[in-house]
Amino acid sequence: MIKVENLVKTFGPKRAVDGISFTVERGEVLGFLGPNGAGKSTTMRMITGFIPPTAGRITVGGYDVVEHPIAAKRLMGYLPENAPAYTDMTVWGFLNFAAEMRGLSGEAKRKAVNRVIEMCFLETVVHQSVDTLSKGYRHRTCFAQSIIHDPPVLILDEPTDGLDPNQKHEVRTLIRRMGETKAIVFSTHILEEVDAACTRAIIIDRGKIVANGTPAQLRSRSEVSGAVALRVLGVPASEVKTKVAELPTVRRTQLLEENGHGVLLRAYPRPDARDGALQESLFELALRANWKVTELRTEEGRLDEVFRSITLPDTAPAGQSTKEDSR
Amino acid sequence: MQAQPETTAVMDKAPAPPAASPDQAARAGAPELREHALAWHNIVTIAKRELSGYFASPVAYVFIVIFLLLCGFFTFMVGRFFERGEASLAAFFLWHPWLYLFLVPAVGMRLWSEERRLGTMELLLTFPVSTWQAIVGKFLASWFFLTLALALTFPLVVTVAYLGDPDGGVIFCGYLGSFLMAGAYLAITCMTSAMTRNQVVSFIISVVLCLFLILAGWPPVLDLLVRWANPTLVDTVAAFSVVTHFDSFQLGVIDTRDVVYFLSIIVFCLFTTGVIIRSHRAG
Ligand SMILES: Nc1ncnc2c1ncn2[C@@H]1O[C@H](COP(=O)(O)OP(=O)(O)OP(=O)(O)O)[C@@H](O)[C@H]1O
Ligand SMILES: [Mg+2]
Repeated sequence: MIKVENLVKTFGPKRAVDGISFTVERGEVLGFLGPNGAGKSTTMRMITGFIPPTAGRITVGGYDVVEHPIAAKRLMGYLPENAPAYTDMTVWGFLNFAAEMRGLSGEAKRKAVNRVIEMCFLETVVHQSVDTLSKGYRHRTCFAQSIIHDPPVLILDEPTDGLDPNQKHEVRTLIRRMGETKAIVFSTHILEEVDAACTRAIIIDRGKIVANGTPAQLRSRSEVSGAVALRVLGVPASEVKTKVAELPTVRRTQLLEENGHGVLLRAYPRPDARDGALQESLFELALRANWKVTELRTEEGRLDEVFRSITLPDTAPAGQSTKEDSR
Repeated sequence: MQAQPETTAVMDKAPAPPAASPDQAARAGAPELREHALAWHNIVTIAKRELSGYFASPVAYVFIVIFLLLCGFFTFMVGRFFERGEASLAAFFLWHPWLYLFLVPAVGMRLWSEERRLGTMELLLTFPVSTWQAIVGKFLASWFFLTLALALTFPLVVTVAYLGDPDGGVIFCGYLGSFLMAGAYLAITCMTSAMTRNQVVSFIISVVLCLFLILAGWPPVLDLLVRWANPTLVDTVAAFSVVTHFDSFQLGVIDTRDVVYFLSIIVFCLFTTGVIIRSHRAG
């Protein structure tokens, strides 16, 4: 539904978006990640036709956004950053206006407005003026506006910004559910949302795509992904460490914790080891040495760590605060 | 508005037909007719929202009251309506270029600067409307509001008709000229409000521009000019003035050139508004 090719946007000498390409099909929810100023909002503004691209091509549902803006805009719902809304209107008036702008009238309009009021839990503020709404409610009102015509394409710029935890959960669930039949792009700074709602995620940094894949694929780019954490009770840390490090399957070890709960050690596998080899050898070692093992778990890799290591290439990867040692 | 291919073709599960225009007849008609009906529907929707914005706050009522009070003050106190002893509204219309100088920019200054400040411009222009529809819709709403204020001066007409036997044609021409002049001032304000997100700045710039249009044809200024400029130049400058063109309306003459003058100011300024908005979006 959405196809972006070599998109470039320059503001003066600055390249805010620098050659971004991706596609989103129906049934996909694409998460947009990236540090502040990476160019996420700028990309979304170009997709929705608010600002023209400096170079590149965007088509939505087969329509070029620059050449057939109206046809393309009809297919899209858009929640801009900071959820703007007309402050001199009531929530009801605002949603009716949005419905009319989308070509709805009469019974269809009434139904659409009532549907989004229910979906976004706006019943209590329907007749309140927008400028007296709390931030979260204003955000929900603007979100309601974006789905009022049940568009096949949704572009949401930080849809959960300013919402309380319950509402965040509701919105994520809603996005995931709508994502089954729509093409959705949404940006976020909350990495759990990638797992909770996305089928695919893109990380943008300084206008370029630096990572693109399913949440699981992104996580596997993590340093710790595939490593095994082992907790042993009642054995000195140095002994555990030496013995584990001697295993042929272990590339290096990292002591994470040493306290009353025992010694927590992380073992990184050799790159050529087959899946599960490390776990087996650690298990056998523990049996041989007669260790009291209270924990043995394979690390999945964490998105925040992947995010940091990708977007901050100059600093050391996660785990810098713990003692490290390579074999 | 450019021609667009049928949208529903690409949407295998179309939501409510996006092109659903309230105008049933037009929907059945030729695509071109449908586009026109749609454009008009968009303009009316935007204008209605804008108008509801005016009346949602007390500002609209305050404005109308101030306008009527000032009209009364200038007509009766400064214009010496009763002492003139004639059944005409000359004393009333005479002051309109000056009255509008502050009141019209006050009405129009928020048109686009408010949209930019609130960020709703991003919302408005990503609805399936073209920029010119949004500009025209917002402009028409404010113009309608000014017309409403002007129409509320009808008790004056009633008074004159009661006291004497005025020339209805002259009064109608006066109102028409005043209406067009308000539109011209408003278009200028619309343009300046697109330039900045600050309403006050937009107000000041439009007052200056409108003042220039008045002074260019104001007799004291023209008298000054005549002393050292050649007559052709003076005439050219005067031809740019609203006063020159409004004068003939006051005399009861509808000259096509005057109508064209006001309409071309409106078209030019609204077109420039579009250019400003486009360049602002392009960054
Ligand atoms: N109208 C503009 N004029 C000049 N520079 C701009 C403009 N809009 C955006 N930029 C610049 O483009 C870059 C990308 O901005 P953008 O808003 O897309 O970032 P973002 O990824 O959405 O960040 P955030 O996470 O903070 O929302 C920034 O450096 C910003 O300063
Ligand atoms: Mg942003």
